[in-house]
Amino acid sequence: MNLNFFMQNLINALQWGSFYALIALGYSMVYSILMLFNFAHGDIFMVGAYIGLGVSLVLLKIVGSGAAALVPGWVVLVATILISMFLTAFVGIIVERVGYRPLRDAPRASAAITGLMIGIILETSNILFLGGQRLAFPQLIESQTYNLGGVFITNKKIMIVLVSIGLMTTLHQFVTRSRWGMAMRAMAYDFVVVPLVGVPLNTIAVMTFAIGSALAAAAGILFGLAYPVLDPYMGVSFGWKAFVAAILGGRGSIMGACIAGFMLGFIEIMTVPGIQIVNRLFELNIGSNLRDLIAYSIVLAILVFRPHGLFGEPYSAKLRL
Amino acid sequence: MTKEAISPGRGPSAVRRILGPAPLLGLLTGALACVLIERFFGQQVSDLLHLPKMPVLFGILTISKVVAGLVNALFKGAAFEGIELLQLPAAGVYFAVVYLLPLIGVGRITAGAANRAAAALARMPLPASALVHLGLMYVTLHVWAGMSDYRLITLNLTLIAVLFTLSLNIINGYMGEFSCSHPAFMAIGAYISSLFTVGLFVDDKVLGKALVAMPMDYLTFPLALILGGGAAAAGALIIAIPSFKTRGDYLAIISLAFLFIVKSLFENLQVLGGARGIAGQPDWATLPVIFAVVVLGIWIINNFVTSTLGKALNAVRDDETAAEAMTVNTRRVKMTAFLVGAFWAGVAGGLLAHVLRYINPAMFGVQKLAEVLAMVYFGGLNSVYGSIVGAVSISLLGEALRPLEILKWIFIPLLLILVMIYRPTGLVAFRDFDLRKAMGPRTDSRPKV
Repeated sequence: MNLNFFMQNLINALQWGSFYALIALGYSMVYSILMLFNFAHGDIFMVGAYIGLGVSLVLLKIVGSGAAALVPGWVVLVATILISMFLTAFVGIIVERVGYRPLRDAPRASAAITGLMIGIILETSNILFLGGQRLAFPQLIESQTYNLGGVFITNKKIMIVLVSIGLMTTLHQFVTRSRWGMAMRAMAYDFVVVPLVGVPLNTIAVMTFAIGSALAAAAGILFGLAYPVLDPYMGVSFGWKAFVAAILGGRGSIMGACIAGFMLGFIEIMTVPGIQIVNRLFELNIGSNLRDLIAYSIVLAILVFRPHGLFGEPYSAKLRL
Repeated sequence: MTKEAISPGRGPSAVRRILGPAPLLGLLTGALACVLIERFFGQQVSDLLHLPKMPVLFGILTISKVVAGLVNALFKGAAFEGIELLQLPAAGVYFAVVYLLPLIGVGRITAGAANRAAAALARMPLPASALVHLGLMYVTLHVWAGMSDYRLITLNLTLIAVLFTLSLNIINGYMGEFSCSHPAFMAIGAYISSLFTVGLFVDDKVLGKALVAMPMDYLTFPLALILGGGAAAAGALIIAIPSFKTRGDYLAIISLAFLFIVKSLFENLQVLGGARGIAGQPDWATLPVIFAVVVLGIWIINNFVTSTLGKALNAVRDDETAAEAMTVNTRRVKMTAFLVGAFWAGVAGGLLAHVLRYINPAMFGVQKLAEVLAMVYFGGLNSVYGSIVGAVSISLLGEALRPLEILKWIFIPLLLILVMIYRPTGLVAFRDFDLRKAMGPRTDSRPKV
């Protein structure tokens, strides 16, 4: 394997990992406030992608497309991302109201079940209203390929990685610098005592769901740009894998979720060339569709030796189950 | 103390008031009467009511078919004749005439005799009494399922779901972990038992020619099930050993990763058919076999969870440190719970493989996980009754709402969300399965006025 090949895969892994990282953030933030996992989050990602599709189609209709467009494609893209993030935040708020607020005092597993069920309802409604066939995501910006010494980079890949890193930085600034962020951090520290001093738990919870869902919507649109086919079950596999990334990073750790998301993407992309190398070196014939097997074996091994994730706190008696 | 005694204002439940003082024996006799009536007069009754054919699932299927037709007519403009609406009351009348009235009638009429018989049985050893009840129950189910192949397959799958749900309840309900690996255990059981039966006794494209030809080879089926269960239990060690150090969410992820790994492994093992799976299992999993295995499973699991070791499960769930301080060997408890749960999941997988006579890795994915979790949490945690109720109601509901097609996946999740909101631990959670009380006479449990 030469360096070019490695760099090429590294860029693919960065792009793939940024989807995981953006989705994992949603899991992790909800967890840090409520100590619950929002199992509907993968499907919120799916809904976000579809909302993005709808918004972009409407915008393209208004401003026109191709050479006759009123504004360049990237303006439409930015507007699509912002509007869809705003709309998908309401999906998250509804999920919180229906599935999580009534279960604040219930066992945690019950809330996990409502989350799973809301996810199924979202998938089913999608099939019901849109017919279940795969839909194509409009290509809002022209794809350009740059050749950097043998490594091929498209402008989309750069944009996806930059936008996701930008969103993560914004979130980090928000959580560490703003008053609301401080309230969130306080709530994550102790959600029993902090409401007693006047921080509204419900508002913070709603805000967390809204922010997480908005990030998932951004991930959905970026995913639609990179792989322009949407189907109703796209959230299932992605959601569970991002959930794994959120845990791998350490429960409730925002930084951990980002890094673990990129790491999971890296592991998944790199297993295929890894298997090729092993095959060539030892003249074996291992199939390259063992990707899931190897990726999850690595995750399993990490968790066996670091049971509280990469950046998480060790198991504490504070956990309620 | 009974529930009535706790809430004096409410009195006995509506069901109990209608059925009167009938013991379980009387109810089973009533149920047998119902299915016999359906067996001999069901066709005439349904002809009389102008139903297209005999309702298979207590008339619910007929009702949901009509509702599906109505929905299609309203939203897709499909043809719908108003006369079909008459099937709604007809199905209700059929249910009342064939099931409800005979059950209540026979239950009330035979109440005295049944109570005397139950009292006599209660003086006999428990297994004898249990065998009488189970025999009656089996005959009822046999007659009911004998009326159509659809009923038979539904009943078989429901019984397997009961065993599978109960085996997950050991870990998620009694021990309070959130294990996501149960479909993987089921897959291991299904594959290993199929490997045994198909590999040894059947000519197969994937696994080669039959190695052994012997008469009465179906007698080896218990061995196949035990091998499947044992292999699943061996696989459970991968989850059980990390569970010593970690709990809760991390264990959930470890088990989820295990599920993905096992599924991916079976997809890639070309010797086991890869993604296409194994087909052509011998049809050894007949209704009596499944009934016997499931009853045995329920009996053993119930004995396990009511034993000292089973009580230790609850201790570990409620407070691991305190349990450890009270000399509970938490490692042994966790290990046993995982091994027992995985063993019975593997047995359920073996049964499933031989009922469907076809397995592939895609059957044991996240979908199956959501299904079994729904059954456990709908029915109720920490309760054998709960698992039975959850598995039977979700399976039957899933079948009965089948004509609604995709809408089914809106109704069932909504129902579950409502159950979770109003009864967060499930319908019949934390209730002991007391056979002696369930089978005993009812005369002394009537409220004293």
